[in-house]
Amino acid sequence: MSDTLLFALEATLNGLTAGVMYALVALGFVLIFKASGIFNFAQGVMALFAALTLVGFQSGQVPFSHLINAIFGTKLHHFGWNMPTVLAIPATVLVMIALAILIERYILKHLVNQEPIILFMATIGLAYLLEGLGDVMWGAEVKALDVGLPKGMSGAVDDMTFAWFGYGFYIDRLELWAAGIAAVLVASLTVFSQYTKQGRALRAVADDHQAALSVGISLRFIWVLTWSIAGIVALVAGIMWGSKSGVQFSLSLIALKALPVLILGGFTSIPGAIIGGLIIGVGEKLFDFFMQPVIGGATENWFAYMLALVFLLFRPQGLFGEKIIERV
Amino acid sequence: MKMRRLATAFVATMIAAAPTLADTLHFPSLSYRTGPFAAGGIPFADGYSDYLTLINERDGGIGGVPIRQSECETAYNTERGVECYQSIRGDNPLVLQPLSTGITYQLIPRTIEDGIPMHTMGYGRTSALNGEVFNWTFNYPANYWDGASVIINYLLEENGGALDGKKIVLLYHNSAYGREPIPTLTRLAERHGYELLTIGVDSPGQEQGSQWLQIRRERPDYVVMWGWGVMNPTAIQEAANIRFPMENFIGVWWSGSQQDVLPVGAGAHGYKALAMHGTGMDYPIYADMQRYVIDTGKQAGTGAEVGTVLYSRGMYAAMLAVEAAKKAQEIHGVAAITPAMMRDGMANLEITEELMAELGLPNFGPAFSVSCQNHGGSGAAMIQQWDANAGEWNLITDWIQPDRELIMEMAMEDSLAFAAENNMTPACLN
Repeated sequence: MSDTLLFALEATLNGLTAGVMYALVALGFVLIFKASGIFNFAQGVMALFAALTLVGFQSGQVPFSHLINAIFGTKLHHFGWNMPTVLAIPATVLVMIALAILIERYILKHLVNQEPIILFMATIGLAYLLEGLGDVMWGAEVKALDVGLPKGMSGAVDDMTFAWFGYGFYIDRLELWAAGIAAVLVASLTVFSQYTKQGRALRAVADDHQAALSVGISLRFIWVLTWSIAGIVALVAGIMWGSKSGVQFSLSLIALKALPVLILGGFTSIPGAIIGGLIIGVGEKLFDFFMQPVIGGATENWFAYMLALVFLLFRPQGLFGEKIIERV
Repeated sequence: MKMRRLATAFVATMIAAAPTLADTLHFPSLSYRTGPFAAGGIPFADGYSDYLTLINERDGGIGGVPIRQSECETAYNTERGVECYQSIRGDNPLVLQPLSTGITYQLIPRTIEDGIPMHTMGYGRTSALNGEVFNWTFNYPANYWDGASVIINYLLEENGGALDGKKIVLLYHNSAYGREPIPTLTRLAERHGYELLTIGVDSPGQEQGSQWLQIRRERPDYVVMWGWGVMNPTAIQEAANIRFPMENFIGVWWSGSQQDVLPVGAGAHGYKALAMHGTGMDYPIYADMQRYVIDTGKQAGTGAEVGTVLYSRGMYAAMLAVEAAKKAQEIHGVAAITPAMMRDGMANLEITEELMAELGLPNFGPAFSVSCQNHGGSGAAMIQQWDANAGEWNLITDWIQPDRELIMEMAMEDSLAFAAENNMTPACLN
């Protein structure tokens, strides 16, 4: 096999694993859009907030310590203990559920029957609020996140591909884990939505709000449920991306990676988010591999959007999205 | 009635406060405490503010005139930076420190027009070192081209004076800032015979899979990085992932702080970066800082960042601003100086080893002097290396001088082109 082909194959494999990382972020958007028709601008910030909270719990940091110290002149910073990851993750999940309840009670409840653009604007406000809250609660310094996931080159893949091709492929073990976690997440979401009462109620609301209300499904409960699940998905995305490069405020920008995935896969399809992520991941890696010598790299940001734009021309609802037919 | 009383009290307070505002030295800070780059902006802003607070508390200001600080949030966003400038330009700002190459480029023509000096320490437009064209912009003690040249001089020293046949990758932030060292490294490649490969990373730089796959394929001898924010820890993590030898990975001074290496953990051990100043708490000034600022609760931040690389940089920038103000007072014989006088102080600034020791910062920064022709100081920098076990940066070289002859030549080409575009005649102001 020629070197170029081997390198292209390696880039493709890395594109697939990177695509899973993008899909993890896109999943949160899909869940909320599917259930409530809201494009949640705050999804990236939710991932940041979840990761900040997790690190805060792990390190035993006193929330709002800077504020408390400034007001009362105290010198509080840490509780003096570290919370094990197995406890810190459920504790963070509880915080994300509490957040979902607050969002429903103080934002969504008051915006029922409003235009989608109003709801979208509300999520922009929520994004700023959460970013500020995260800063005041946990501080803005860069934090290392370690939940015990392995990082670095996979020796097994390296050895195996070396035995086959005489060239060892590089795959990041963290991204391999991300692929496994994403598979479990999607399987759990599918089982939940197909085989549980709440899951069926969620699908009913997604299909038709008014019909679901007429058979006694509580819209408010479903919204809390959806935002809680999206919060948990945000936590998973925050853990994977935070483990990669630390938890800092730029983590919220991972949402930008999800947008082309959503355009491509469709805003209403969970498999679409996964397939879209994989296409974007592989597409950008291969494009960079072949075009870097010509145009000098740094193509990731615009290439993903360009690819999504091409799909948009031919399939505006995305690969798996529902076709919107409006009759006058 | 109550409202009228309140309004009267407000007006009376403003009248009473007015002379105080006029009799202060205004040092604004264009900081970024929010947004994706906040982790780097906060310690710098805190260091800058704490040093000025120290001067007020310990010395009663500069030449007896108290310092007035103001802060405007740019979020490292060029448009917001320009808005900040518009809001403070009429408030007698003595020196602007935009802390962003993008904002610097926007403010250069505006500050020329308004007559407000700007200090871009270790960033901004490199050719501003030609003071005959950029009368109001200063970039001492070092600029990006100096940094690139210092790295090559260090590598020359490491390789017995020759880099023939070596392959060097420049991994850069795909922005005005990240592209700054490319001309210098290209010119130096022609001179020293190394092969240069430039690889861009789009901002913010959380995903660098393609770049590091390429680096792995190319097998360079060295990787030089011009990164900022999350791009830095991501790159260091990726380098550790592909098992690139860390001692052959060297970042610019904006890629060499605690924020860049701590998230990577043990994998970052051995990573190197440029240092334009010292770091850590082993300087006598920290005794005063503790006594007058931290113990009295007057520090700008939480105190947790004191002594870190970026805090030290903010403190150093404030120290240079204060020394320039002292120089301006000395030149003009006036304590309440204007921005134009401050410019004169900056253009005649002289930093000696003795002065640094006197200020409680021995060997913290290089000795240098500024002149009308050279607004860039000496350009010297040191190399520091991260010890992940001890969790500290160690300086591993003394001050390394850049190839200033080449850099001045390049700066002249670029600055004269700027002058021609803007119909300016290069000349000293005084």
